[in-house]
Amino acid sequence: MTSTDRHQPKAKVMILLLVALAVAALLSPWASSSPDGLERVAEDLGFMYLAEGAPLLEGWMPDYLFPGLPHEGLATSLAGVIGTLVTLGATWGLGKLITLPRR
Amino acid sequence: MHIPDGFLDAKTWLGAAALSGAAVGYGLKKTGEALQDRQIPVLGVLGAFIFAAQMVNFPVGGGTSGHLLGAALATALLGPWSATLILTTVLIIQAIFFADGGITALGANVLNMAVIAPMAAHCVYRLLGGVRPLSVFLGSWCSVIAAATATALELALAGAVPLPAVLTAMVGWHLLIGIGEGLVTCAVVAFVSRSGLLPSASPYENGEGKIA
Repeated sequence: MTSTDRHQPKAKVMILLLVALAVAALLSPWASSSPDGLERVAEDLGFMYLAEGAPLLEGWMPDYLFPGLPHEGLATSLAGVIGTLVTLGATWGLGKLITLPRR
Repeated sequence: MHIPDGFLDAKTWLGAAALSGAAVGYGLKKTGEALQDRQIPVLGVLGAFIFAAQMVNFPVGGGTSGHLLGAALATALLGPWSATLILTTVLIIQAIFFADGGITALGANVLNMAVIAPMAAHCVYRLLGGVRPLSVFLGSWCSVIAAATATALELALAGAVPLPAVLTAMVGWHLLIGIGEGLVTCAVVAFVSRSGLLPSASPYENGEGKIA
């Protein structure tokens, strides 16, 4: 890396990507399994049953678990890393796409 | 607070989808005009970070958890309409790949978390005149309360549950979750601005304009 590289915005922004990947890979398996605010309210007020039955779309990795991996922490990490990279691609691509017309 | 399939009736999810569709369309136009080329990578990594952070539920006591929403974070760094696009993308990916949030409820989830939450944060930043620790904390907290209130209104409109009960319960839990949102958002905004990761000034530094 030359001295000018360190001032490249893209290179600096990549640090945040590394943080994101670390959060997805290392922190996500430690997430609280308690219901979130809405789930808690739905349980307390007795309307959780409305969501019972299969969702209309099953999803590739329901519950943020990569399918077929026996180790739950590893399955969560892998699902997190894939989701993070897919989101990176989608938002970056969207940014490129919407700024195209003014070129 | 991702609403699953089944909580909302057809009129509510169709209505919410129409509203959020219009807002996202406007956001695409607005951001397309104002987003600087060097901000595009920021849009990408911020999306990636918000997806990752949303996976990490933190306990808020009483057997309940919350997770970062990220709307106030994206708004502080890029403005409300970029935040709308980032959060919408995250919500679509969550619904399609992870079955987090119902596909019928997607419009409502976008309305609450990708449209109303960034707007609430934006109003606070404008009102308090900038992105400083106090305004970031209050903006984050308000964004969570606003999204929770909208969720409660939709659930009541759909006839799932009476309004007073659901509004009290949703706002009550999210008063706590909003504190977590505020703390995490303040930490990340401080980290990003101190490390000089952002290739441009905050959209709130120069007063008017630059709200992508």
